[in-house]
Amino acid sequence: MEPIIKVEHLTHTYGEGTPFCRSAVKDVDLTIYKGEFLGIIGHTGSGKSTLIQHLNGLLRPTAGTVRLAGEDIWADPKAIRKVRFRVGLVFQYPEYQLFEETVYKDIAFGPRNMALSEEEIDRRVRQAAAFAGVREELLEKSPFELSGGQKRRVAIAGVIAMEPEVLILDEPSAGLDPAGRESLLRNIRQYHRASGNTVVLVSHSMDEIAENVDRIIVLADAGVAMEGTPHEVFSRAEKLEAAGLSVPQVTKVAMALRRLGVDIDPAVYTVGDLELALQPLRRRDAPC
Amino acid sequence: MLKDITLGQFFPGNTVIHRLDPRTKLLAVVFYIAALFTAKWFVSYGLVLAFLLLCIHLSQVPFKSLVKGLRPVLFILAFTAILNLFYTPGRTLWHWWIFTVTIEGIFTAFFMLLRITMLIMGTFLLTYTTSPIALTDGLESLLGPLKKLHAPVHELSMMMSIALRFIPTLIEETDKIMSAQKARGADFESGSLIQKAKALIPILVPLFISAFRRADELATAMECRCYHGGDGRTKLHVLRYQGRDYGASAALAALLAAVIVLRQFGL
Repeated sequence: MEPIIKVEHLTHTYGEGTPFCRSAVKDVDLTIYKGEFLGIIGHTGSGKSTLIQHLNGLLRPTAGTVRLAGEDIWADPKAIRKVRFRVGLVFQYPEYQLFEETVYKDIAFGPRNMALSEEEIDRRVRQAAAFAGVREELLEKSPFELSGGQKRRVAIAGVIAMEPEVLILDEPSAGLDPAGRESLLRNIRQYHRASGNTVVLVSHSMDEIAENVDRIIVLADAGVAMEGTPHEVFSRAEKLEAAGLSVPQVTKVAMALRRLGVDIDPAVYTVGDLELALQPLRRRDAPC
Repeated sequence: MLKDITLGQFFPGNTVIHRLDPRTKLLAVVFYIAALFTAKWFVSYGLVLAFLLLCIHLSQVPFKSLVKGLRPVLFILAFTAILNLFYTPGRTLWHWWIFTVTIEGIFTAFFMLLRITMLIMGTFLLTYTTSPIALTDGLESLLGPLKKLHAPVHELSMMMSIALRFIPTLIEETDKIMSAQKARGADFESGSLIQKAKALIPILVPLFISAFRRADELATAMECRCYHGGDGRTKLHVLRYQGRDYGASAALAALLAAVIVLRQFGL
């Protein structure tokens, strides 16, 4: 696969020269491939937010480089805005960034900054709204009249409308109820499939990551602790626990079954997989 | 970039200066300023400066960050110095067009510069070594007698602590909103003045909304805990004068007295 973002020896130190000096990211190397659905996971304070703000040039590395399609994004600091259009970043609780009179205008803020034509802006706003699950009739409403979940979708649409090659979402489902959460993640999956663009999902919820991504990067103590497919990562449960994280609920069930002597792969991580893994057992015990 | 604002920043520490009662420190600053404005000539300025440097040394606040605090007033400093330099009447040293440099002018400009610098450094030392909460507690206690005149002392100090408490929160919030809008391609640096002002709308609207939301939440939280104003309210940390407070007060009184005496001799 072709890499789209390559991070090399990235270090970021906050508050250098004060008593509060602290490295949030320390000597991190990682690669994000074109078109993949990547999950970045880590507990609170593991450096997730700092790391992703480097990917679109909001933060400048204290040391190390970030390459987008092979080029150092800080080669020309004046061109950093172009990087932000190519790598779209949705912050945590993005609904607090809404400011326009109408939902339509707010989604159009990004594309308008790109100096696109009115027709192109219109096309992008409508398409992004559809991807993010914002209904057509909401477009002319004030964003402040909407519910929390709808506001969040509007904010996500505002980033999708820039049609970034890489879409990074920081805890997109934080604070939503289970139904809203499931439906939002479904929208994101659909967007990934339909656009073919790279999507990076940042979360601390193992279940959320397990159900969605192709590949996982685990962050702990300001660095990369593990990397691999969900199966690879979840088969090393002890290491995850050392990083302050736990395996998905489904994996826990499988591990408990294994301890009871059932012959089952302990690294299954979705409900469907568990069902499949239990299939042979069911047939054997069929009499009851 | 917003994190570089030093105004009212607190450097935690455990030095003598940090442990002084906030009331002592507030009064000490008043005495210090009085001494600074009474000082007239090199000897008295030197005495006050030595005292300031001693306090800075004792507080272990890095000298660099005190100097950094001077940056916002650099313009005022330069302006005052130049005005005093050129427009003080006295023995002329040099004259060109409307500019006249006098010996008196050089001295006045120099002392003025020294006075403002020391004034700012001294007051910054107070905010650097006293937590905002301690500061408002001290202020409330010092202004206590005004309660007899029905002045809302407690309410004022509560407002002050809330305002101080929320400065870092709002700065953080502004940083976050700025980042979010920058991620959507907002440009705050280039363009004409009008364009720059317009670029602030995407920051100010969400910031105001969040400030109102926070105020509302805080009011609810305070009511839930039965807040009803200052009457009958007791403190978790009761302020009590210690030996070191009497020592510091004595030192300040001695400093002021010495400067007044030196002034009589024109030193």
